[in-house]
Amino acid sequence: MSSVSPAKLPSRAKLPSLEGRGWGSVRQRRPKLRAGKSLAALAYPPLAPPFQGGVWLALALFLTLSACDRETRDPRGKPLPETKPSADALDPRPAAYENNAFQIAQGQRYFAWMNCSGCHFHGGGGIGPPLMDGAWRYGGSIQQIADSILDGRPNGMPSFKNKITQAQAWQLAAFVRSLSAQQGKDKLWSRGDEMSNREPPTLQDREPVAPTTPEADQAKPR
Amino acid sequence: MRGSRSFSLNSSPGFPGEGDRAKRGGGVLRSQRGPSTRLRLVPLPCECRGGFKRSITLLAPLLLTACDGIQSATGGDGWHGERFNSLFTLFMAVTGIAYLLVLAFLAAAVLRRRGEARYEEAGSEAPGERGITRTLIGWTAFIVAGLTILTIGSYFADRGAARAAAAPALEIRVTANQWWWDVEYVGATPQKTVRTANELHLPVGVPAHIILASNDVIHSFWIPNLAGKQDMIPGRVLDATLTPKHIGEYRGQCAEYCGIQHAHMALDVKVESRADFQRWRAAQLMPARLPATPLQKAGYTYFMSRECSACHAIAGTPASAQVAPDLTHVASRKTIAAGTLPMTRGHLYGWVADPQGPKPGNNMPYIGLEPAELHAVVAYLESLK
Repeated sequence: MSSVSPAKLPSRAKLPSLEGRGWGSVRQRRPKLRAGKSLAALAYPPLAPPFQGGVWLALALFLTLSACDRETRDPRGKPLPETKPSADALDPRPAAYENNAFQIAQGQRYFAWMNCSGCHFHGGGGIGPPLMDGAWRYGGSIQQIADSILDGRPNGMPSFKNKITQAQAWQLAAFVRSLSAQQGKDKLWSRGDEMSNREPPTLQDREPVAPTTPEADQAKPR
Repeated sequence: MRGSRSFSLNSSPGFPGEGDRAKRGGGVLRSQRGPSTRLRLVPLPCECRGGFKRSITLLAPLLLTACDGIQSATGGDGWHGERFNSLFTLFMAVTGIAYLLVLAFLAAAVLRRRGEARYEEAGSEAPGERGITRTLIGWTAFIVAGLTILTIGSYFADRGAARAAAAPALEIRVTANQWWWDVEYVGATPQKTVRTANELHLPVGVPAHIILASNDVIHSFWIPNLAGKQDMIPGRVLDATLTPKHIGEYRGQCAEYCGIQHAHMALDVKVESRADFQRWRAAQLMPARLPATPLQKAGYTYFMSRECSACHAIAGTPASAQVAPDLTHVASRKTIAAGTLPMTRGHLYGWVADPQGPKPGNNMPYIGLEPAELHAVVAYLESLK
């Protein structure tokens, strides 16, 4: 590929005669390989000038920024309020616990520690209802799931109030929502702690969150 | 406030600029090299201008810290540590001699080349190659002998370690968690099994078989004074044998990066006489002491009815969760939170009130106890001798 073949390279004996130009000038005659240019050369039909060169590199680097807030955490931060601040104020908790890989992972840890799988199994349901579909008896928002965990529900769901902290309940709720792929794909887990024959949430479509209706309940496979 | 304090310490009326630098923070040390050297607080030679010499002077003693003490890879306080230390010395001696010989040959080759060139200039031939042949034969013999010594040495060290592991008198399960150690002395029956955390008591001279596992990520079990390290891998059961030789207190440390509190994952090791060990084990086997004072009773009630008992266990009480350190005899331990804090009343208060303060990111949540509850819980924990 080089314009100077090895046979044509000056031998050691002739070196002094090349001194004026130096070895650098011989090397410079090789075609330069630039990453951007070679990538653009692969494209067919040839790309318009603005997409050549460093533009692709810049675009790729820009995309990596999307992972920066993936698992933001602040263990020394100010604790979040335990209830909604007021009727018209914005609740800071959903934003803090949703779409955060760290909170989801902590929830997964507590899911095993608090024996949630004793009834719900690993999300598929057994004694308790399944947690990986879109049907929610008591609502599928993170606030409603956290309430179900803390307050308990009729027919078996115990109350975990004063057994786990509010923050832990919200982390658990974030994990429960991840079972039906409710969060951003880059925040979901690609491999659970347990064995499963199901595809991980990263490969699933987000289940539409719907309160159950009589029709939907009857249409369910038994 | 801190800046203004160093200003008043360091500056004199003649140098108003000094104070400004000190106020900005971080400029206090630098200003000591300025004209006001008579106010210098650090006793270092001021001629090390590049900072390189100074950093070497400061860093060199750090190397020595690894040579002795409760956490030392060359301590040789365990049978394995001592055996492998002597193997290391043997390897060092043989390879060191080989290294010096290679350097000598290299030097000889350089000198010899010059000598030959001199012969060429003079038009005569170099002397015979007999010397080289003899040296090469000697060199080969040295390599054969050296490798034989190393092979025999490592064979005996390895066989000796295997023999010691064959007849363990004591079986201990150590399970690593982020970021603490779960320690279980396996008894003949489950009733005789002692469960504790972050502390390992060993009888002197008795080979102890340590069964290692991990609950979350890869950790590594390392008590440098006693033996080499062994990884703890989730889903696998590995083991190590410890045979301590001397009575004393040592420090183990997780040796595989396992998360943000990896550095605060230490293990207090206490090697004691067999009688002391049996006494300790018998004491640990007892259920927790009953709360005596009203305050301790209030702490007991809080512990059993609130978040504490969802994760911690105390033998002899309803608290039987298995996901956090066992607290049956927590007050008898040397430290809190895997070697993070010494076991004192003050640190216990600090830890229970805000566990994320001294060890941010650990899995003990901030509960937000009321002052009365905090007093009660700490009083109860303190009574768990």
